[in-house]
Amino acid sequence: MSITRRTFIKNGVAAFTVTLAVPRFLSDLARAQGAVSRNLIVLDLSGGNDGLSMLVPYTDPFYYSRRPTLGIPAGTVLPIGSDSSGKPLGLHPKLAGLKDIFNQGRLALIQRVGYENSSRSHFFGTDIWSTANPANSTGSGWVGRYLSTLTPPLDPLVAWNTTGDTPHALQSPSVAVASIPSVSRYAFASPTGGSEATLERAAATSIASHVPVDKPQVAFVSTTVQSALATLDQVAAVGQYKPSVAYPNNGFGQALQAIAGAMVKGTGTKVFWVQTGGFDTHASQDTTADNGAYVKLMVTLNDGLTALYNDLKNQGLLSDTLLLSFSEFGRRITENGSRGTDHGAASVMLAMGGGVRGGLFGTAANLSTDPQNPTLENSGGDVHYETDFRSAYAKVIDNWLGGDSVAVLGGNFRKSGLDFV
Amino acid sequence: MADSANLIAHLLRRAGFGVGSDEMVVFADLSYAQAVDRLLNYDAIPDSVDSKIGQPGFLGTTSRGAFSPNTVPDDARQRWLFRMVHSQRPLQEKMTLFWHNYFATGYSKVAGVVGPANATRLMAAKASDDPVKQRGQIELFRDYALGNLRDLLIQVTIDPAMLIWLDGDTNTKAQPQENFGRELMELFSRGVGYYTESDVYAAARVFTGVNLTYNSNDVKNPNTSFTWIYRPNQHETSAKTFSFPIYAGGGKTIPARSASVGTQDGVDLITALANHPETARRVAAKLYHFFVSETIAPDPAFIDQLGLVYLQNGTAIKPVLQALFMSPQFQDESTFFTRYAWPVEYVVRAIKEVGWTGFSAGSTLSPLISMGQELLEPPNVAGWVLGQSWFSTGAMLARMNFGSALAGNQQFRIATAAAGARSSPQALVDFLTSRLTADVDPGVYADLVSYASAGGVWTGSDTQLRTKGAGIVHLILGSAGYQFV
Repeated sequence: MSITRRTFIKNGVAAFTVTLAVPRFLSDLARAQGAVSRNLIVLDLSGGNDGLSMLVPYTDPFYYSRRPTLGIPAGTVLPIGSDSSGKPLGLHPKLAGLKDIFNQGRLALIQRVGYENSSRSHFFGTDIWSTANPANSTGSGWVGRYLSTLTPPLDPLVAWNTTGDTPHALQSPSVAVASIPSVSRYAFASPTGGSEATLERAAATSIASHVPVDKPQVAFVSTTVQSALATLDQVAAVGQYKPSVAYPNNGFGQALQAIAGAMVKGTGTKVFWVQTGGFDTHASQDTTADNGAYVKLMVTLNDGLTALYNDLKNQGLLSDTLLLSFSEFGRRITENGSRGTDHGAASVMLAMGGGVRGGLFGTAANLSTDPQNPTLENSGGDVHYETDFRSAYAKVIDNWLGGDSVAVLGGNFRKSGLDFV
Repeated sequence: MADSANLIAHLLRRAGFGVGSDEMVVFADLSYAQAVDRLLNYDAIPDSVDSKIGQPGFLGTTSRGAFSPNTVPDDARQRWLFRMVHSQRPLQEKMTLFWHNYFATGYSKVAGVVGPANATRLMAAKASDDPVKQRGQIELFRDYALGNLRDLLIQVTIDPAMLIWLDGDTNTKAQPQENFGRELMELFSRGVGYYTESDVYAAARVFTGVNLTYNSNDVKNPNTSFTWIYRPNQHETSAKTFSFPIYAGGGKTIPARSASVGTQDGVDLITALANHPETARRVAAKLYHFFVSETIAPDPAFIDQLGLVYLQNGTAIKPVLQALFMSPQFQDESTFFTRYAWPVEYVVRAIKEVGWTGFSAGSTLSPLISMGQELLEPPNVAGWVLGQSWFSTGAMLARMNFGSALAGNQQFRIATAAAGARSSPQALVDFLTSRLTADVDPGVYADLVSYASAGGVWTGSDTQLRTKGAGIVHLILGSAGYQFV
């Protein structure tokens, strides 16, 4: 079948619903265009992920010469083939579960994602990735703007953030985001309990219904209380979820379990947000020892994502799910005197899920220190971007969420060939 | 213009942590100007708050074993919260919190290097109680709370916790470490947009050799001394050129100088940064947003005026705050109860207004994490994200649930205090809404009365006072109006 994805979407799904022999990715797409809930999980690897330690160019001599203590030996990386430029690449040795998913064709790695004049500031960089606007990163978030394009009424749990603060990317002109760092603590307490608790909850609901127009701050908090109270019971149901696999007993694992629980319990959530930190490895980055800083990051990532993947697969929900990871920047190529790496530029994005077209997207940088090396920037210090991060967002918005990336991103960032989903 | 009592209450919410029963007595007879003077010139008031810890009549603490605020992180947090509730120098504690957010340093990274006990010492040890007189970073902020920023920047540069936090400890000639130099310009002085990548490289080289020394064989021993050290052989001695002036004559280059006097590089850079007009404006704006309003953009002329006070007083903070508190902008009644309360501000004010006897600072620690503010553990070097960002649904529920826990804990005291207001549900609501300095609008008031009347006939019994008193306090603490200072 030579039909392209674009014409497929343009023509709609109806023509295919009677076809039995539909390739798997098409049936996934068909499901999503029906009433089935398709969702996006955004994973924030905060601190600036060292893409060169996650996806290792293990045949590049400059990788080893510039990283005398941090270079991961070629014999230990998990080879996953070569990219379109012919460069062999391997995953970090602790990403065995992700390699399995890659082999199943459900993990895409997009190399060298970033933007022009990449910010080396965590905060500025995070704001840019959040707003999808390098020129002015103070407005609403790209996910928040997508949520604003959905047709009301929206489920109160349409956006589920597993961290304590609402991430900038989810800040929306019109849609409230539920932040649920702990499902069990997401509850309404009462000093007395019993029937008095019921009266208090009713009173709190009534109090929150006052949204004074002359006090915008109070109105904002009142709206937050309303959202909190409106989502309590559904979240409590998610707390009853019994996963089909054991999730790691750490914050990241537990957040992923809550996400799977929300999907299974049918909360109607379109976007989940999950974060795991510690990627700001300026010192003692240690990419190889069992208790090394970067090794632990990879174990956390691998074990959490593998558990989520297998759980959703067992639950029959994999084809509804797309996980997209990002980090505010990559790291400098040459290691520093603290056996760490400083703030750099472009890095790797991951996309995982039942609808993902797995593989290696984009091409690896040549790490030669030649200042004229076009794949690097900053006098050969940092990896230069090849794919604008907004092109990855655009693909997800257009092809996965069924939105309009031009409207959400404020421009056309569609890039041909970037067909990871 | 607000009356004097309301204005002083506003001052105490912003420049302190609210109005406790003790403050009502102290400030009752002061004019506004005298109240400002008392807050600013606190050196005249003994710093005796720590001696009250563990005494009856004060907020309690909870610890495993002996209370050890110099070596146990949760005990250090409790000591600080105790100070916020009971200090007679509330502005000192408020500015210490401000600096903790400004120079946001995280305990966990420090603990990863020196272990939990020594990380607590480096973050919060009180030198007079430490075996080798180690001074923690929070105590540094207390000492310099209203001092001059240039000196504080120098102290922060050589502060052991900061040397670990931003990796100055590993900044060497062969491989300069950029972390501290970048944040010094981005977060501690001029701000994003006012430095270049080449400035970052130059700043890293400025501080090469400014490291930390301690007995590495005894790194976890709580008698180990940690101190900054200058290693001349690790200092990069060549000239460092910046994109902005370093010297009064406009010179942008710190000259090459002998390694033996290499620390002068850092002094020159910090002195220049502290005295730059952009730094003055940035600090003035931060203080404006902290004390006056985070939603109303300041008049640029007002920021320039505060920045000028800062520059004319050798980067001293106290005169800036004097000018700020006496300004019409600060005293504008329309800004009362409009600044989003930080979690610790919310918790401390609730304790001061509801009551503390029989309550423990330890009971605030887990709720504060859920509200998004664990002291000594800011999310990153930029500090906490302020304003609306405190108010996710989960964090708001944590506030409401803390209100429930505090009200439940204090229900007998609430009922006793409200004994004279048992005549009707309205009387009880009136009493409690005046005891808690909340901004309660008529609709909320009606809801509170309706709640007080619900569930049975009003008898005014002790049981009813306890149940409804605690319920009303819970509802007020959990209301939107109470989340503002």
